Amino acid sequence: MDLKELVTNKLMEKFPEVVFDFSDYRDQLAVTLNKKFIVEVSSFIRDDQDLQFKLCEDVTAIDWARRKNRFTVVYHIMSLKLNSRIRLKADVDESDCSIDSVSSIWKTADWHERETYDMYGINFNNHPDLRRMYMPEEFEYFPLRKEFPLMGIPGSLPLPKKDN
Amino acid sequence: MGLEAKLKEESFFTSTIDALVAWARKSAVWPMPMGISCCAIEMMASGDPKYDIARFGSEVMRFTPRQSDCMIVAGTVTYKMSHVVKKIYDQMPDPKWVIAMGACTSSGGMYRSYPVVQGIDQFLPVDVYLAGCPPRPDNLLNALMQIQEKIGRTKARDFQDRPLPELTVIQNN
Repeated sequence: MDLKELVTNKLMEKFPEVVFDFSDYRDQLAVTLNKKFIVEVSSFIRDDQDLQFKLCEDVTAIDWARRKNRFTVVYHIMSLKLNSRIRLKADVDESDCSIDSVSSIWKTADWHERETYDMYGINFNNHPDLRRMYMPEEFEYFPLRKEFPLMGIPGSLPLPKKDN
Repeated sequence: MGLEAKLKEESFFTSTIDALVAWARKSAVWPMPMGISCCAIEMMASGDPKYDIARFGSEVMRFTPRQSDCMIVAGTVTYKMSHVVKKIYDQMPDPKWVIAMGACTSSGGMYRSYPVVQGIDQFLPVDVYLAGCPPRPDNLLNALMQIQEKIGRTKARDFQDRPLPELTVIQNN
């Protein structure tokens, strides 16, 4: 049984109503799921002895601009045992722009989630330290959202005063 | 061969204080290497024996603003970094000069986007803009010679009674 079948069967068996969709791109499996169950699914694929997806390589997001569920949070997870990767995807709507943090499951997700929060403004519930990563603390915008202009909002980032 | 060969006996020569001070200043422009990104590699190369910035009396890269005359801002300055650059510039003793090394520092360069300051002259008084991405070491030496020429035109009293800059502390954590 190859990896995709293994993961698909295990998830369908364990979470029949949570997982919405499986898709395959370039031989990597992507699992779309309900954002409420992201922590449960994550801890399951990490702790399952046949899977052991113990390494979270990246957490990022996609801004679809005009779609109903505006954002998709994407997790890139690797299994050292199987030497392969899967993606988890969860849709997040703008009206309730939050998802549970997986930093309690994968420690590396901590800073990845901070970065995603900084760039997209998606709140990660129960995150230990959800501060901005790149932009200054007092910055009010989220640069990778589609409505953010390339050159930024004039005056939103302070510059030092010029001496005469 | 030099001056001392002509001085057969106890001798003297006349000059002006301005000329003497300007000569001393321009012959030892100690740089503050503000190496932020890839331009810094070329700045390091200008210190090696092939280009040898020591020929111009500027080999003393101290990495401290307190003992420097000329700040070489080498690299992309982001809005977040701009406060650090300014803080270091403020700590340099007068008189002081600034070289904006490379396209990013001079104009934002290829980083035409929200986090990058589109030219450090928005917050620093730049004396020489240096083209290139990154500029070759010879180009940096040329900028240094321009600075020397500029210093040569100054008078000693030009820098009297300069008000001290107001130091602002910005909390970054």
